[in-house]
Amino acid sequence: MGKLTLDAADVRRARTLARQVGRPIVKTAQRHTTVSVERATLRLAGLSGADAEGTPWVNRLSDVVRADVGLEHGVSAPVWDALLRGEAEDLVTLAQKASAGSVTFRLPEGRDLTRARTAARKAVGKGITQIDRRRVERERMIAKVGDAPRKPWIYLIVATGDIYEDIPQAQAAAREGADVIAVIRSTGQSLLDFVPEGATREGFAGTYATQENFRLMRAALDETSRELGRYVRLTNYASGLCMPEIAALAGLERLDMMLNDSMYGILFRDINPIRTFVDQRFSRQVHARAGIIINTGEDNYLTTADAVEAAHTVTTSQLLNEYFAKEAGLEDWQLGLGHAFEIDPAVPDSFRLELAHALLARQLFPKAPLKWMPPTRHMTGDVFRGYLLDGFFNLVGALTDQGILLVGMMTEAVVTPWISDRDLALQNVRYVMDSAGKLHEDFHPAPGGFINLRAREVLGESIGLLEDIKAHDNGLLDAIADGTFGLMKRPADKGRGLEGVARKAADYYNPATEILEGDPA
Amino acid sequence: MSIVRPYGDTTGDGMVQLSFTLPIKHSKVAEGAAAQLANKMGMDPALVVHAKPMGDGFTFFVVYGRVNHLVDTDQVEVVERDYPLLTPKEANAAIKRSLRRRMVVVGGCIGTDAHTVGIDAILNIKGFAGEKGLEYYREVKVVNLGAQVSVPQLVDAAITEKADAVLVSQVVTQRDAHLLNTREMSAAFRESYPAAKRPLLVVGGPRFDETMADELGVDRVFSRGTTPGEVASYLVHRLTTRKAS
Repeated sequence: MGKLTLDAADVRRARTLARQVGRPIVKTAQRHTTVSVERATLRLAGLSGADAEGTPWVNRLSDVVRADVGLEHGVSAPVWDALLRGEAEDLVTLAQKASAGSVTFRLPEGRDLTRARTAARKAVGKGITQIDRRRVERERMIAKVGDAPRKPWIYLIVATGDIYEDIPQAQAAAREGADVIAVIRSTGQSLLDFVPEGATREGFAGTYATQENFRLMRAALDETSRELGRYVRLTNYASGLCMPEIAALAGLERLDMMLNDSMYGILFRDINPIRTFVDQRFSRQVHARAGIIINTGEDNYLTTADAVEAAHTVTTSQLLNEYFAKEAGLEDWQLGLGHAFEIDPAVPDSFRLELAHALLARQLFPKAPLKWMPPTRHMTGDVFRGYLLDGFFNLVGALTDQGILLVGMMTEAVVTPWISDRDLALQNVRYVMDSAGKLHEDFHPAPGGFINLRAREVLGESIGLLEDIKAHDNGLLDAIADGTFGLMKRPADKGRGLEGVARKAADYYNPATEILEGDPA
Repeated sequence: MSIVRPYGDTTGDGMVQLSFTLPIKHSKVAEGAAAQLANKMGMDPALVVHAKPMGDGFTFFVVYGRVNHLVDTDQVEVVERDYPLLTPKEANAAIKRSLRRRMVVVGGCIGTDAHTVGIDAILNIKGFAGEKGLEYYREVKVVNLGAQVSVPQLVDAAITEKADAVLVSQVVTQRDAHLLNTREMSAAFRESYPAAKRPLLVVGGPRFDETMADELGVDRVFSRGTTPGEVASYLVHRLTTRKAS
């Protein structure tokens, strides 16, 4: 039983509208493929590595296949047809020969097609089996060394640009109390149409997401997990132009959580909407299979719009993210729906408003481990006031049973966190959780009181917004085009990565999709 | 009196507070080392009021003490406001009088920076610190390109819109990205425009130093806490006096 007196009919109405708005997007996603979905498929089949210039073999191979026969059939049939024809003994050799121009791809037919598909399915199936093994490995390790001792899980960020600097920092953060380590990516990686290769030491305000970096960090945190007697989770970002590939790599290397929002790339990175929704669906299918918890990015809406006026856009996006996630096979426990403490502290009753918004999210998604994000906009450089604000943020987290708490730094907007900032921030979290962690047992907002009324108001505005989106000729795509979210206008025929989208032909074949949709784990 | 010293609770007491971390294990020696550092920084007496071990081999200190330094406000160099502060009404009237058309302002966040907080505070009608943004000014046409605008896109938009001024905000500062981006931007405008026709270039962000305008190749740098009214007043001052001269 929730703490708010929401009208059950309103909640049902909101979910129904989210489904009605989301359904056409799913249909569009099903009708298209992208270069990154195809490359992710090749990665699942075991193709990795890059040429001397650092261009990954998956890019080389898929580019040649696309030039020869187009993208609309999927790369799987032409690639495994070439292997069966004896053009090369394995995928890497085939990619090398293809980029040297000594292989021509064709669309196999009849028995050749059947054989190519069977071979492709077998190869990709191995990658998915590997993801399944990784999931079991995680479950066993948690059973053996123990899980995070309590909720919310404490989430800390590491971002040096150098994986070999990140590792000791991440291990230190875990020892200081972090349950989840997120390695921030290099600025601009989301706009790269390839995944860099190998261990990297040069990043820009973050560290590149690569398969090798994933492997190194997970191995280091495994060591620390055993040392501490609790499993330390690792987070990265399945977003940007290579979302499906990064999701596949995360599954293969046992990452535990991935940032993965349905609209963030469109709104904040100007990535083409169709590209995003297609990539999104595939990456979420992979996350579902891998037992990865996704974190959505609703906090971002509040960094560009007023947190009171735009509160309902957060709720609306959470409802859409939930719909898209479940459609892709994710379960409630995997939905780290995002929201943030970003109301101007000068607004009267700002703390009560924050409580109302956080409780609304809690009650709408009772089984989801909500991701609670700290204040950033109103951190002014006055570190003393900022420390108090973070304390109130933590208190809302405790009162509303948030699942994942990103630790706020009093030096937000001043410096990248110092060792002392992190220590003080963790003391803040511990003090609030130890002193008020169970306060939610005593906390029951008055029916008809300020908090209840505000929560109902936001839900009502969210329903209004969903109705408005539904009333657009082209639904959600038109709403995104006219600036409904985050005030940014993103038409469906514009944005980065559009050239990497293809409408599927009747004979489109992708073994990864077939396996992910066909036989659940 | 231009000579001042810090104020704790009594005029002239010179009291300051300081916090820092030393990469040593907490011990009496560590606390002595903290006091020594404070002494060398001019704090005497220095009182180590808090010492806390952090992780392995680090100690965090809070120190209170008296500094013996005097500061002379006459010797402080700052960029003072060299233009009159106008109300939106006055700004509109000045534009009408001297430009005889609307002033065109193109703005955005360049590079990979997705933080539009700064540019939105100045441009959006909602504004900042109780002042309405430039969109509120009847005689100002605002074209806000939003986040992650490339420099060529910005130059194109400035040319197409016949911009009088270009406003760029930068929040992300890791590895001096804000400075690199600004230099790239000002160079591109110098290349694309004859000197006399170039729009006014203004950058802003929390980590900019207001004295760096020349070095960055822009007309003006605005730092933390700048309000839309200040930006509007500056633009009006520069554009209307440039017209008159």
